[in-house]
Amino acid sequence: MKIELRVNDRDVSWDCEPHEFLTEVLRRNGLTGTKRGCESGDCGACAVMLDGREAPSCIVLAAQAAGHEITTIESIGSFEAPHAIQEAFVDRTAIQCGYCTPGMVIAAKALIDRNPAPSEREVRRHLAGHVCRCTGHVKPVAAVLEAARGMEGES
Amino acid sequence: MSRDERNQERREESWDTGEDRVGEQDDYRVVGKNERRVDALKLALGRGTYTDDLALEGTLHLKLLWSPHAHAHIVSIDTSAAERVPGVVLILHHGNVPRIPYTTAGQGHPEPSPYDQFVFPRKVRFVGDRVACVAAETERAAARAVQLIDVEYELLEPVFDPRRAIEPGAPVIHDEPEAAGLPDYDKKRNIAAQMNVTHGDIDAELDRADLVLERSYEVPYQHHACLEPHVALTWLDEDHRLVVRVATQVPFHSRRILARILRIPLRRIRVVKPRIGGGFGAKQEILLEDLPALVTLRTGRPARLMLSRSEEIVSSRTRHPQLLRWKSAVTKEGRILAQELDVLANTGAYGAHALTVQTCTAGKTLPLYRANAYRFLMKTVYTNLPVAGAFRGYGGPQGFVALECHMDELAEKLGIDPLEFRRMNVIGPGHDNALAQALGEGKEGPPQKIRSCEVLECIERGQEAIGWDRRASLDRSGVVKRGIGMSCLMHGSGIPGVDMGSARVKLNEDGSFNLHVGATDIGTGSDTILSQIAAETLCVALDKVVIYSSDTDHTPFDTGAYASSTTFISGMAVKKSCLGVVRQLIEAAAEMWRSRGEPVSTDELWVEQGNVRRPEGSPLSFSDICLSTFYTHDQHQIMDHGSHMSFECPPPFSADFAEVEVDTETGAVRVLKYVAAVDCGVAIHPASAEGQTEGGAGMSMGYALSEHFVFDDTGRVLNDTFRDYKQFTALDMPHFETILIRSFEPAGPFGAKSVSEIPTDGPGPTIANAVANAIGIRFRELPLTPEKIRRAWIDHRTNVEELVK
Repeated sequence: MKIELRVNDRDVSWDCEPHEFLTEVLRRNGLTGTKRGCESGDCGACAVMLDGREAPSCIVLAAQAAGHEITTIESIGSFEAPHAIQEAFVDRTAIQCGYCTPGMVIAAKALIDRNPAPSEREVRRHLAGHVCRCTGHVKPVAAVLEAARGMEGES
Repeated sequence: MSRDERNQERREESWDTGEDRVGEQDDYRVVGKNERRVDALKLALGRGTYTDDLALEGTLHLKLLWSPHAHAHIVSIDTSAAERVPGVVLILHHGNVPRIPYTTAGQGHPEPSPYDQFVFPRKVRFVGDRVACVAAETERAAARAVQLIDVEYELLEPVFDPRRAIEPGAPVIHDEPEAAGLPDYDKKRNIAAQMNVTHGDIDAELDRADLVLERSYEVPYQHHACLEPHVALTWLDEDHRLVVRVATQVPFHSRRILARILRIPLRRIRVVKPRIGGGFGAKQEILLEDLPALVTLRTGRPARLMLSRSEEIVSSRTRHPQLLRWKSAVTKEGRILAQELDVLANTGAYGAHALTVQTCTAGKTLPLYRANAYRFLMKTVYTNLPVAGAFRGYGGPQGFVALECHMDELAEKLGIDPLEFRRMNVIGPGHDNALAQALGEGKEGPPQKIRSCEVLECIERGQEAIGWDRRASLDRSGVVKRGIGMSCLMHGSGIPGVDMGSARVKLNEDGSFNLHVGATDIGTGSDTILSQIAAETLCVALDKVVIYSSDTDHTPFDTGAYASSTTFISGMAVKKSCLGVVRQLIEAAAEMWRSRGEPVSTDELWVEQGNVRRPEGSPLSFSDICLSTFYTHDQHQIMDHGSHMSFECPPPFSADFAEVEVDTETGAVRVLKYVAAVDCGVAIHPASAEGQTEGGAGMSMGYALSEHFVFDDTGRVLNDTFRDYKQFTALDMPHFETILIRSFEPAGPFGAKSVSEIPTDGPGPTIANAVANAIGIRFRELPLTPEKIRRAWIDHRTNVEELVK
């Protein structure tokens, strides 16, 4: 089947099977920053933004995404101009293997977009669905708080 | 001393001895600084390319049929229905692959693990064992075909309890004639490895002791939970060589073992390690690359296999569950006379790392406190349960649960503060580690002497940070009770006399350097740390070093990312290579000046900030030197390589502290604060050392409180999803304080020791001790689930009430 959706500010028309999940279809179309960690919506590695809200793309059928707006890690920041959240993850040494990082960055962006000055508790609660076996979550939480503080200054 | 003199002296000294000098560390420019990690930005942007981020045209997708039975002979396999599924290309099973015994343990040659596996077994040994593999045009077709494979099994009696497995009459799990292990291998009794080591006159010490205490402890299965599951992609290159792109910690061991079990020359295989999404020991196994490799060799097409999370939990590798009995003899003043440890470990269906994980259980724990005599008894036994293997900590987390809970129990019996009791007995600089030699790594090990050791400082700083003084006066009047616990830890740095790393460095025209290392960054930050060591030695900024790691065609050898060896071993190889390059730069500069009629002696020259300098006159930049040596005068490539192996294995030390809150109504434990005061020598990248500590401790907090496997009575894992297998999340993690205590290890690069495994050793005992302090109940079995605590609290209260009556 064919689905039409908006991905990273671009209208696309993609082939997919009715049973396929969004993670597969994104990755097949070159957006490999979205990762597979559990395929049951429990680890957060596959997080994307669906109409501005964080969603686990491994349990969203690609067909369900038709007509919606998807933002993946590829459209957040660039080598030349990383997003403040990405800068904070780099500066805070909050990245070890990096497999959870795209999902965490998406989660942080979804949080800060709605709540520009989250408390530590709110950040922890928001990242609780993201498995990270490397960092013990200490530095990622610090990075998100730092990014939020920095972005508040900008706006 | 001026920088110039320092450089001069360092060059001379280092060339002669290869060692750093104490006191030099305050002068480092790149080492010891929190530089931006070399790979961080691309990962933050989602541009890191992991194994599965490469898609090749015409790739076949693989799916496995796993055994539904814990113990059964495969009588027949009928693949005819599966073959008719559209898109199915090849089905592999024991009937059509070579039968070569091997171990999946990715260790040095010869591996000190039994050769008890085959690509496909004729007899399945646990629920989740390999039965068959389908290669098809799509994952979905492969999955559908797997369901249509018709296997007839002859069921055998399984054995799940390691105590039962060694009893006479227990079912024999490895009855195949080809299975072979080390001399003590006893497959008729389900024993994969055993050991019996005594040092000193233990019986005499037990006799003269004022107190002999013996206690038993039990620790569970644990899942590594690398967020990236095991995955491999294979293809034939234009020269018809097999390329294996695999999520591995051990690319060189993978190549060696694949060559043997695929029966193709090693030179026809290239193993490439791309970005890795965590390893923690799980990827020190040659777990699945054999299957896509076989499919590629037979079909000529690219082949891909990636495990699902459930497959990863059940069918990859786990932490060895152990039953530990700890016996100690002490004087009434609190001096330890003798320690005895008896371990019964469960390796599951296969014996990957069966010997060495358990020798490390003893090797990391027994030497921590002074004693006159030690005894270590160990059996690692087969059962029909999931397979254990290498897991960060490598026996340490198990052993320290026993040792450090036991230390608290001893201190209580003696009426001594547990912190003081540890301080009285812990080893220090100059201590000979007599046991290290006897335990070894599948053979006798080199003798060890402790040189750098700041464990007392770790205890001191840690107790200040947690507020140890508050321990007696914490509020325990309500339903929720508080407690503080501690533990002391040591680990190792590499496997002495075994681990070897190598590196190659070459100069480019812009004064930058390519650094090629066999060392494998699996998320630890070793690409950054090795680049820092290179930059420091070459006297250039970090961005002048371009690192490329772990590709069996293009980088020199390294044993791999395990045993806390990369900084200590591979780091020294990098340093040696760079010192050679510095020497060549100086010689080339001297030659350039000589040819211009400005003769200088190389003894007068030094390198500084990308230049070779002389006492008088302008310097020569590395760029100028490279342009000259490439194109104009005395043409050659400035480059060098170095290898390093060490007979020393300097332990890092740590003192860990936890404050917990125990809800006696629900049994829930909340960790409020955790302090890890770690002596890892000079931390090359302090923020990464902190990150290792936080992550390692985080994973073991789950080990302490929530992570374990739940089995049904057929040996099936019931909690095989992340929903049911509970790790610590951002919400569970306590306030965490890492204190890096600086020491200088003479055998390590720029004074460094290891840091990656020691943090996994702490939380088990530290949290158990804190819980005991909070509610007055000693738990000797992990994890401390709410159910266990609540039940124990009810029993405890009933007992107290009866006493009061």
